[in-house]
Order: sequence, then C-alpha cells, then structure tokens
Amino acid sequence: MTTLTPLHVLMLGAGSGIAQATARLYAAEGAVIGLAGRNAERLDAIAHDLTARGASRVEIFEIDFVTAEPAQALADMVAKLGGGDHFILAYGVLGDQAAAERDLTAAQTILDVNFRSAAGWALAAANLLEQQGHGSLVVLGSVAGDRGRRSNYVYGAAKAGLAVLVQGIDHRFRGRGPRAVIVKPGPTDTAMTAGMAKGGPLWATPEAVAAVVRKAADRGGPVVYAPARWWLIMTIIRAIPAAIFNKMNF
Amino acid sequence: MQVAHPAFRDQLDGLIRAGAAGNHGLLAVGKLRSYGDSCLNGDGSAIEMAGLERFISFDRRTGVLEAEAGVTLAEILRVAIPAGYFLPVTPGTKFVTLGGAIANDVHGKNHHRAGTFGRWVRQFSLARTDGSQQVVGRDDASGLFAATIGGLGLTGVITRVTLELMPIASSRIDLQTIPFGRLSEFFSLAAESEASHDYTVAWIDCLAQGDKLGRGIFTRARPSSDGELRVSNKSGPSVPIDAPGFLLNRLTLSAFNEAYYRIAGRPRQASVSYDPFFYPLDAIGGWNRLYGRRGFYQYQSVVPPAVAEAATTEMLRTIASAGQGSFLAVLKTFGDVPSPGLLSFPMQGTTLALDFANRGRSTLSLLDKLDAIVREAGGRLYPAKDGRLPPAMFRAGYPALNQFTPHMDPGMSSTFWRRMQL
Ligand SMILES: Cc1cc2nc3c(=O)[nH]c(=O)nc-3n(C[C@H](O)[C@H](O)[C@H](O)COP(=O)(O)OP(=O)(O)OC[C@H]3O[C@@H](n4cnc5c(N)ncnc54)[C@H](O)[C@@H]3O)c2cc1C
Ligand SMILES: NC(=O)c1ccc[n+]([C@@H]2O[C@H](COP(=O)([O-])OP(=O)(O)OC[C@H]3O[C@@H](n4cnc5c(N)ncnc54)[C@H](OP(=O)(O)O)[C@@H]3O)[C@@H](O)[C@H]2O)c1
Repeated sequence: MTTLTPLHVLMLGAGSGIAQATARLYAAEGAVIGLAGRNAERLDAIAHDLTARGASRVEIFEIDFVTAEPAQALADMVAKLGGGDHFILAYGVLGDQAAAERDLTAAQTILDVNFRSAAGWALAAANLLEQQGHGSLVVLGSVAGDRGRRSNYVYGAAKAGLAVLVQGIDHRFRGRGPRAVIVKPGPTDTAMTAGMAKGGPLWATPEAVAAVVRKAADRGGPVVYAPARWWLIMTIIRAIPAAIFNKMNF
Repeated sequence: MQVAHPAFRDQLDGLIRAGAAGNHGLLAVGKLRSYGDSCLNGDGSAIEMAGLERFISFDRRTGVLEAEAGVTLAEILRVAIPAGYFLPVTPGTKFVTLGGAIANDVHGKNHHRAGTFGRWVRQFSLARTDGSQQVVGRDDASGLFAATIGGLGLTGVITRVTLELMPIASSRIDLQTIPFGRLSEFFSLAAESEASHDYTVAWIDCLAQGDKLGRGIFTRARPSSDGELRVSNKSGPSVPIDAPGFLLNRLTLSAFNEAYYRIAGRPRQASVSYDPFFYPLDAIGGWNRLYGRRGFYQYQSVVPPAVAEAATTEMLRTIASAGQGSFLAVLKTFGDVPSPGLLSFPMQGTTLALDFANRGRSTLSLLDKLDAIVREAGGRLYPAKDGRLPPAMFRAGYPALNQFTPHMDPGMSSTFWRRMQL
C-alpha cells in the first residue's frame, strides 16, 4: 500500500530488535526508510526485508553514532533520503553494571553511548524538525531510567537524562508543529537481553513495543510506556519509600 | 539440548562449526511445531532458526518469494495476501517456518491438487557442517534436493528458500460440509469432490460403533472469487493452564462428538475467511493443554488406495473398541502427485490423523495395534507427529532410506534419528 506522498523515516540504530520491528510497520505503510547503524551487511538484510514488505525505498547509512558528528551527518542522511518526517532513535547498549563499578571507563562508555551521543543526535534532529516545522522525534528510553536500582543504575541514569532531554525538546516544540516523545519499554525480548531468562508477564515482544513506538510518532507523549502497563508499575515503584525499596531485592 | 538463537545470517557459520564439534552433533530447528522428537537433539546442540526471519525478495508480478529459512508461513501470508497470493500448500498451523515445512515436506487439504510443500520450492541454500554452502535447486542431479525435502533436517542447515506462491482472487473460502453416515460414503464423496474442489478433508467420530462406524463430516472448499484480500489478525482465546485429566475422557468425548455431529451434521454452505478454515487450532493458544499434564500422542498414517477402505475401517473399529476416542480425527485422501522428497510422508492413498490422551500402557498398546494394521496395508507413519514409532516400522515404511543416508551431513543428528537406530 503506497500512499501518494510516503512518509520519510530515519531509524538511528536500525539493527536494534525494536527498530527492526518498527521499520516493518513503516514498510507496510509504503514509507521511505533510512537505516543507520554500524553493520552495513546486516542493514542490507533488513533493507531487503523491508522492500519485500512494501517500503517505497530503503537507504543504508553506515555510521557509528558515538564518533560521528550529529548535525552534519543527520543533514546528509536526510538529504539523501529526500526528507525526514519521523526520526526514531533506537540504538543503545545495556552494558555490564558490575564491570562499570570496577572499571570507570566501562561506566563512561555506557553513559557515552546511551546519553552523551544520543543527546547529540536528539538535539540535531530537534533543530532539523524545528526548521522544517513538522515531524516527530521518538527516542527509546527505558523504565530503568525511572528509579535507580543496583542492577543497572548507570544505564538507568543515562536513560533518565535522555528522558528529561526529550521532554524538554517537546516543551520547546510546543505550538511550533513538531513533536518529541520518549518511549520507555520494559524488558523486551531482543539481542540486548540475550541470555536472560525470558517469559512471564513482564516481558514484551519487540513487535509489541514497536506498535507503541509507531503510534507515538503520530500522537501522544511526551512520555509513553511500552507496553502501557509499565506506567502503572513504575508509578508504584517510584512511590515506594527508600527505606522499603532498599530492602527489596530486584 | 544447547540452543543457539542467531538473529543475522553472518552468525550462522560460527554456530554451525561450534555445534557440529560437540557430542551428538547439531540440528537446525524451526518453531518446534513438530509433535515428536524429530525437532529435538537430546544432549547435542541445536540452532533455532526462527530468528532468521527476513524476506530477501518478493516479486509481486510472479509471486516468487525468497526468504530466510526462519520466516513463518504466518509472515508470508501477511505479505502475500494483499498482493493477491497464497501459500500453495499449508499445514494446519501457520506458525511453522520455511525450513520446518521443507524438512517435513508438509501437506495440506489440497494434496490431491498441489501435492506437498516441496513441489513449490524452487531452490534453497544449504549450509553443511564441513563449512560448505550450496544452492540446491529442482534441477539438482546429485540427489541432495530430494534428500533435503522431507529430510528431517539431517542433510544440513537450510538457510534461505525460494518459494512459488499461488495467485488468489480472494482470501475467503467457499466451503460446503456434508455429513456421511459410514466410511464408504467418505470414499465416494472424496472421489466425487476431487475434480471440483481444491480442498477436501473429513472429521471422523472415532467413538461411533456398529452401524455408525466411520460416520463423520466431509468438508470441501475452494477459494472464493469475491476480490477481498484481507489478512486476518485475530488472536483468539488461549488455554492458560493444563486442564484436569478428567476433562477429556470417554464420556465427554462421546458427548462432544454426538453434539458436534448433530450441530455440524447438516449439509451447509458458507463463505469464511481463510484463517478459521486452514488454522482452527491457531485461534486457541495452548490448545494442547486441554489434554492435561500427561499430554497426548499424535498418530498419523497413510495407507495405499487399494486397501484404504478396509484398513481404515479396521483402524476405526480397533479405536472404538479400545474406547480411546480421538478428539481430532481427520481423514483425507492423498492424490497421485508424486512427493519430491526421498523421505516425504505423503504417498497416494488415505491418511488418518489422530490424537489420543496419554493413558500410559493402554494407549501405547492401542497404537501398537494400529501399527500392525498400517504395516500390513503397506502404509507408513508421519515422523513429524511421532514420539514412539518402532524403528522397524520406520524402515518398512520408507524404502528410499538407503538412498537417503549417503546425503546426510555427518555433523547433524536428532533424537528421532538416534531412536531409529540408523
Ligand atoms: C496444530 C498443528 C497442525 C499441523 N497440521 C499439519 C498438516 O496439516 N500437515 C502437515 O504436514 N503437518 C502438520 N503439522 C506438523 C507441522 O507442520 C510440521 O511439524 C512442521 O515441520 C513444523 O515446522 P517448524 O518450523 O515448527 O519446525 P520444527 O518442528 O522445529 O522442526 C521440524 C523439522 O524441520 C527441521 N528444520 C527446521 N528448520 C530447519 C532448517 N532451517 N534447516 C534444516 N532443517 C530444519 C528440524 O530439524 C526438524 O526435523 C501440524 C502441526 C501442528 C502443531
Ligand atoms: N531490550 C530491552 O529490554 C529494552 C528495554 C528498555 C529499553 N530498551 C532500549 O530500546 C532501544 C532498543 O533496544 P533493543 O533491545 O532493540 O536493542 P538491540 O537489539 O540490542 O540493538 C541495539 C542496537 O544499537 C546499536 N548500537 C549500539 N551502539 C552503537 C554505536 N555506537 N553506533 C551505532 N550503533 C550502535 C547496535 O549496533 P551493533 O549491532 O553494531 O552493535 C544495535 O543494533 C535501546 O535504546 C535500549 O536501551 C531496550
């Protein structure tokens, strides 16, 4: 199903499990899709899949988000794509919390990938969106950013910072057309969580999260949980007094 | 079983090498929708192919599709139906992978027209544990194509597949149900319907005895022509816990069968979506839990045409007198389209698919009796639905085994294969 003027979508971190599932939704709408990420061979496999599923056109951009310079690189990608209506910022690393406590450079890498560099890309996209006066930026945060837990608080801190940044961008956009949303998934069955015991009511499929991401690009926000039940769970978890929280083991 | 979960093709080489090096070798598996141990590898290793689920190309003019082997039939339908295509052959669940559909050379309700799934496969890529990669097509003279179709995953890892789809004018199905009072009527209905209808199948009341023996409901159908091309996205109720064992006993089953026969037992015409027609069980997640924690045995046989009626009558009589009715008893005739695989299950004749709640020894002894009837008739059983097939019966049913074994990949194995002592 190709619409008359297809949406132009840029996936930053297109190899991510959640990004792939989201891109399939755009492909079924006949969108023009840009896939940005480090591994061109894998992006090529994804591009073929999206084309077979109905994407109007797919472009691949081989890029390392940590070392690239966001403003220029983003402008180049959008020019090659022929437009940028939706930006989905999905790349990230979970990192190893224990290693991050022993070795501060490991901690800095987690912060660098998930916050410092991601903030740069989000701000670059914000400037571009503001200039063109329409479109949306959807950034993948995490429920881990809602309250510090000993098992992943360095990662959580980066995602918390990212959430505030995106909220601020959306505030800045108010009344000017564009939108910004931070989507906070709970545990999701992707490569990021390989090796964890999965299953049970707290785990979601990348497809379920992707449906939330796709909808967030059209309406709602600026803070959206995926799946929606995490809003309630995190509201409760944030409300637990520290004296009790610190005795809990999770 | 050590299971690897690759998500991209570049991960495969290393996993195949590592898996084959271990004890008991390697097995590629799909969505594990086979009932028995042909998709298991004991303390060996396995590669779950379901993460390699990308399309490679889809030509909307010709309906030819190329995809990674872990793509499911459900995903193919999602893309094919809006473009006016359907699977040329589909089993009774859409949650199987291309690799699994090839390795069991699956069949559907249109076997008399379309033959097996493998007939629609143009080519596939096969990765072997010696590190080689081969593209094997229909025109292959080496025998590897015929060995891999229906080859139970033992000739290597299927990585990508080129499949021909079938054009359709509608995703709806026009069906007709016709009750029949005895088995001979099934055979005349089947013979009469095969020329006029793409799809035929019958439900049999296994508990009916005496003059009701072999009564059932015949369904025949064909694709509608109304132009609607809609993917069904329904997911139905699911069975959350194992049912208590008493739920499916002889009394409830015969009450169910009686009611079903009465309700559905009037001739009826209907237009339905493809989904409930082809995939009734997919709508009930975890339907197998209805059998309780002890589970059930599947049993699917095929017997040649000349003895089909006599052998099937004998099987139904044996089941009815054992009092172990089958909830889902399905009867269908396979046509004379030859199966492309050396070990393909379908052959011309009549196939009976049954499932029995596991009651331990009494169930096994009933299955032994059915084995004897099938063997005597010159028939065979379906490994995809088996957890107990005696090795001698497997050898007797699959005379091409000795042509098959030279094509096996020495680094691959399965629990089923070791149980067959081959
Ligand atoms: C409700 C239901 C209805 C069914 N109806 C039918 C029916 O009507 N007709 C019919 O024919 N079958 C039917 N089946 C059986 C089912 O179609 C087969 O068992 C099918 O092969 C399962 O596919 P899978 O992807 O789950 O593979 P698995 O069950 O995981 O594996 C099946 C075999 O394929 C091999 N395999 C899987 N992937 C690969 C690969 N990439 N490379 C090499 N080998 C591989 C495995 O080693 C194994 O031998 C039904 C099953 C269910 C649950
Ligand atoms: N999975 C979860 O449970 C979960 C839960 C909450 C939030 N999230 C968030 O959701 C987003 C998507 O998660 P996911 O699970 O889909 O991820 P994923 O499958 O693990 O993929 C992460 C992607 O990020 C890419 N990446 C990392 N660092 C990069 C860099 N410097 N340059 C370029 N690409 C880089 C990786 O590329 P390479 O393949 O090249 O390494 C990979 O494609 C992430 O932001 C994650 O934090 C995930």
